[in-house]
Amino acid sequence: MYIIEMRNITKIFPGIIANDDITLQLQKGEIHALLGENGAGKSTLMSVLFGLYTQESGDIYKNEEKISIKGPNDATKYGIGMVHQHFKLVHNFTVLENIILGVETTKRGVLQMDKARTRVVELSERYGLSVDPDAYISDITVGMQQRVEILKMLYRENEILIFDEPTAVLTPQEIDELMSIMKELIAEGKSILFITHKLDEIKRVANRCTVLRRGKYVGTVDVDTTDVETMSEMMVGRKVSRTVDKPDASLGDVVMEVRNLTVNSKLHNKSVVNNVSFDVKAGEIVCIAGIDGNGQSELVYAITGIEPASSGSISLNGKHIANIPIRERSKAGLAHIPEDRHRHGLVLDYNLAYNLILEKYYTPRFQKSGFLRFSEIYSFSDMLIEKFDIRSGEGSHTPTRSMSGGNQQKAIVARELDMNPNLLVAVQPTRGLDIGAIEYIHKQIINARTNGSGVLLVSLELDEVMNISDRILVMFEGEIVADVDPKQVTFAELGLYMSGAKRDEVAV
Amino acid sequence: MRTFIQRRQAGILSLLSTLIVIIAGLTIGFIVLLISDSEQAWTAFWTILSFGLRTMRNVGDVLLSATPIILTGLSVTFAFKTGLFNIGAAGQFAFGGFVAIYIGVVGADYIIMPAWISWTGLEAIPPIAPPLRIILSIVGAALAGALWGAIPGLLKAYRNVHEVITSIMTNYIAMYLISWIIQNTIIDIAPFTTQSLPADSNLPTMGLEYIFREPLGAGFRTSNVNIGILIAVAIAILVYIILNRTTFGYELKACGYNKDAAKYAGINQNKNIVRSMMICGAIAGIGGALNFMNGTGLSMTASPALAAEGFIGISVAFLGLTNPIGVIFSGVFVSYLFLGGARIQPFGFSLELVEIVISVIIYFCAFVLLVKTNIGKLIFRRKD
Ligand SMILES: Nc1ncnc2c1ncn2[C@@H]1O[C@H](COP(=O)(O)OP(=O)(O)OP(=O)(O)O)[C@@H](O)[C@H]1O
Ligand SMILES: [Mg+2]
Repeated sequence: MYIIEMRNITKIFPGIIANDDITLQLQKGEIHALLGENGAGKSTLMSVLFGLYTQESGDIYKNEEKISIKGPNDATKYGIGMVHQHFKLVHNFTVLENIILGVETTKRGVLQMDKARTRVVELSERYGLSVDPDAYISDITVGMQQRVEILKMLYRENEILIFDEPTAVLTPQEIDELMSIMKELIAEGKSILFITHKLDEIKRVANRCTVLRRGKYVGTVDVDTTDVETMSEMMVGRKVSRTVDKPDASLGDVVMEVRNLTVNSKLHNKSVVNNVSFDVKAGEIVCIAGIDGNGQSELVYAITGIEPASSGSISLNGKHIANIPIRERSKAGLAHIPEDRHRHGLVLDYNLAYNLILEKYYTPRFQKSGFLRFSEIYSFSDMLIEKFDIRSGEGSHTPTRSMSGGNQQKAIVARELDMNPNLLVAVQPTRGLDIGAIEYIHKQIINARTNGSGVLLVSLELDEVMNISDRILVMFEGEIVADVDPKQVTFAELGLYMSGAKRDEVAV
Repeated sequence: MRTFIQRRQAGILSLLSTLIVIIAGLTIGFIVLLISDSEQAWTAFWTILSFGLRTMRNVGDVLLSATPIILTGLSVTFAFKTGLFNIGAAGQFAFGGFVAIYIGVVGADYIIMPAWISWTGLEAIPPIAPPLRIILSIVGAALAGALWGAIPGLLKAYRNVHEVITSIMTNYIAMYLISWIIQNTIIDIAPFTTQSLPADSNLPTMGLEYIFREPLGAGFRTSNVNIGILIAVAIAILVYIILNRTTFGYELKACGYNKDAAKYAGINQNKNIVRSMMICGAIAGIGGALNFMNGTGLSMTASPALAAEGFIGISVAFLGLTNPIGVIFSGVFVSYLFLGGARIQPFGFSLELVEIVISVIIYFCAFVLLVKTNIGKLIFRRKD
C-alpha cells in the first residue's frame, strides 16, 4: 500500500513531453528521491502532484483511493505540501504572514495573529528551524527562506512533503541541518519526496530512488543496495566521471589585480569586504571559498560593478575598472556568472535567444544601424543551444521562464563562456546542474583557463573547490585569511580557515 | 513549424476571447441601461451599438475622435513596456495641444517684434507658410510633450521618485500653467478659450471628406476626419517597430521586465527611463496637436481642466493589451462607443449616465482581458 501513487502520468508542454507515462510510488514513512538530468521532468511531475499542472493522462491515488488534485488547495486538503525550487514567498510580508498566508485563522473577519505566532514558534523550536517571525522575507538569507517554506508545510500539517532541490541553495552546514530535519520528519510518520542532483545526499537520507530520463521513467531502486555509479548511469544513460582531468596550470601574466578593496554594506555602515588584495593570473582558476555571508557576494558585486566599491582599486589587464560602467567592464573582457540567476542572470520574459545575446545585442554582429539582426541572433542562439546541450521545449523561441532551473543555468554559463573573457567571475556556476552538466561545465571552465582566461570562482561546494581550482583563497568576515594550494590542503584544514579558527597572514 | 502553427492558433484564440470579452462588457452596459430606464434601454443600446456605422460620415467621425486617444494609448503603452506607468499623458497631451494651437494661431499672422530688439531692424516676422506651420505645430507639440515627460523621467531616474506621483503633479502644473499662458497670450475673451485656429493651420484632409460623408439635401455633410488618423496609425507602427525590432526597444523592454538583469547586462537604466518618458511624452503631445488641429474649430479653454484623453488613454492601452497595433483597434472601439453614447441623451439618459455606461463597458472589457491574459501567463509561466 502506497500513501501516494502516481500512475502513468503524462504531461505535455508546447514542443515537449515533459512527463511521458511516469509512475511513482511513495511509501508511508520513506524518503523517496527523484533523480534525473536537467529538464528530465522532475519539477513538472511534482507540480502535477501539487496541483499546479493538470496531467493530460494518468491518475493519482492516495492510500489506494483515486483523488483529483485541481489546485494547491486540493493538495493541501490531501496533506501534500511543496517547497519549490525557486521559493514562492511574498517578499514584503513577514515570515509569520507568509507562513499563515492562505490558511489564516480569523475571528469575525479579524486575523488571529497571536495564536498563529504561538504555533509557529512552537513548531520552529520543535524542529530546530530557527526563524525570526517578524523579519521581512526580503531581509533574510535563502537558508532562512527555506526554513520558512518548511514551516509553511508543517503549519498546514502536511504529511506528504515535496522538496524540490532544497539543497541547491544551501551551504554545507545548512544541508546537514536539513538532512537531520528530514530524518526527524519521517520518524514522525511523514513521507518525503526529495529532488536533488547530489548523489551523496541521496545516499545519506533516501530509502528509495526513482530515476527519470528525458521525461521517461527509467526505474526505481533501493538506495542502500545500489551504488552511486549505477544511479548516475541510469540517469544519464552513460558512465560519468566524477573528477575532471585537469592539465597543469600554465600561468601567464596577471589579469586582475585587486588592491585594498573595501566594500561597505548598504544596510549598515560596516565594511563587509575589508581591505582585500589578491591577483588572478591568466590560465589560473582562483577559488574564493568560505561560509556564505563572509563577503564573497559583495566582493563579486564590486568587481563586476553591480554595486560600487567603497575604496581600493581593481585593474583588469592594467586598466582600472573599479569605477567604470558595467558595459565598459564587459568590453574589457569581464564575464560574470551571477549568483542569483533569476534576479541578475536572465530576463525571464524574454525568449532564450534574447537572453543569450544579453551582453552582445549591441555589437555589429547582432545589430545594424540600431535594428536587430534576427537571423544572426537565432543562428547564434541555435549554435549555443547545440553546443551546451540546453534543453527546452521550443529551442531558441522558448520563453525562458518556462525552462527547467538547470537549463536556465546552462544558458547563462553558455552565454558567459562564449564571451571568451579575459576574466571569468563565476559564482556557483554549477548550482542546480545535474552531474553530466557539471562535468561538462567544469571542462569548459578548464578549457577557458587553457585558452588563457583567468577565472575567479566563488563556490560553497568544497568538492568543486578542490577539484578544479589552482589556488584557494578563504574569506572570513570580509578578509582573506588563507591562500592555499588545493593539492596541499585538507578538507579539515579548509574548515578551520572558513570558521575563523585559523588564519594566515596573506600578502600579495 | 509546429510551434509556428501553435502560435497562430494562439493568435486566433486570443482574438476570439477578446470578442467574447467585448460582448460580456456590452451586456453589463446594457444591464446598467435597463436599470435606469427599462423602456428606452433597448433603443438606446442599439444606438450605441450601431450609430458609428450608420453613415460613412459617422465612420469618419469615429476615426476622427479615435485619433487623440490612440496616441495617448500609445503613450501609456510605450511607458508600460519600459516598466513605467505614465499617468502624465494628460499633461503632456495638454501641453502639446497648447503649443500646436499657439504656433497655429500666432504663426498665421505677422509677429510684431518687441521694442527691445528693434535695434536689429527686425520689426515683424511674416506669417509662416501653411504646410510649414502645420509641421512646426506638430513638431512643437512633440517637443513640448517630451519636455513634460522628461520631468517625471528625470526625477525617477536620478532621484528615485515614483513616476506616478510626479506625473500627477506635472498634470496639475501643466493645467494651471497653460490656463495662465492662454489668459495672457492668445485668449479669446468672449468664450474664455484660445483663439480658434485659422483654417489653414489645420491638418489637411487629403480627400478623405469625399469618402466620409453623408447626403444632406442636395449636397453632402462631411466628416472632419483628416490625415491625423493616418499619422496615428503610422506612429503606432513606428512604436511597434521600435519596441520589437530595434536594440533601443530591446534595452527598454529589458529594463521593464527585469531592471536588475538589465543593469547586469550593462544597460544604462537611468538614461533609458528618461528617454522612454520623453518619447511617450512626445507621442501624447502629438495627440494633443492632432486633437485641436482637426478643423472642427475646437479650442482650448482657459478654465483649468485635466484632459480626459490622457486618462482614456490608459484604458485604451490596456484594452489593446499594451500592444501598439492592438491600441489602434481599442482606440477606434472606445471612440465608437463614445460617439454612439453621445446620441442616447435624446432618449432621456443624462450625460452622466451615458458616461457611466461607456466606462462600465470599457473597464469591464479591460479588466477581464487583463485578468484573462494574466491567468494565461500564470498557467504558462508557472515554474518549479
Ligand atoms: N510551464 C512550462 N511551459 C513550457 N514548458 C515547460 C514548462 N515547465 C517545464 N517545461 C519544460 O518541461 C521540461 C521539464 O522541465 P522540469 O522543470 O520538470 O525539469 P526538471 O527535471 O525539474 O529539471 P531541473 O533539474 O533543471 O530543475 C523542460 O524541458 C521544460 O522546458
Ligand atoms: Mg526542476
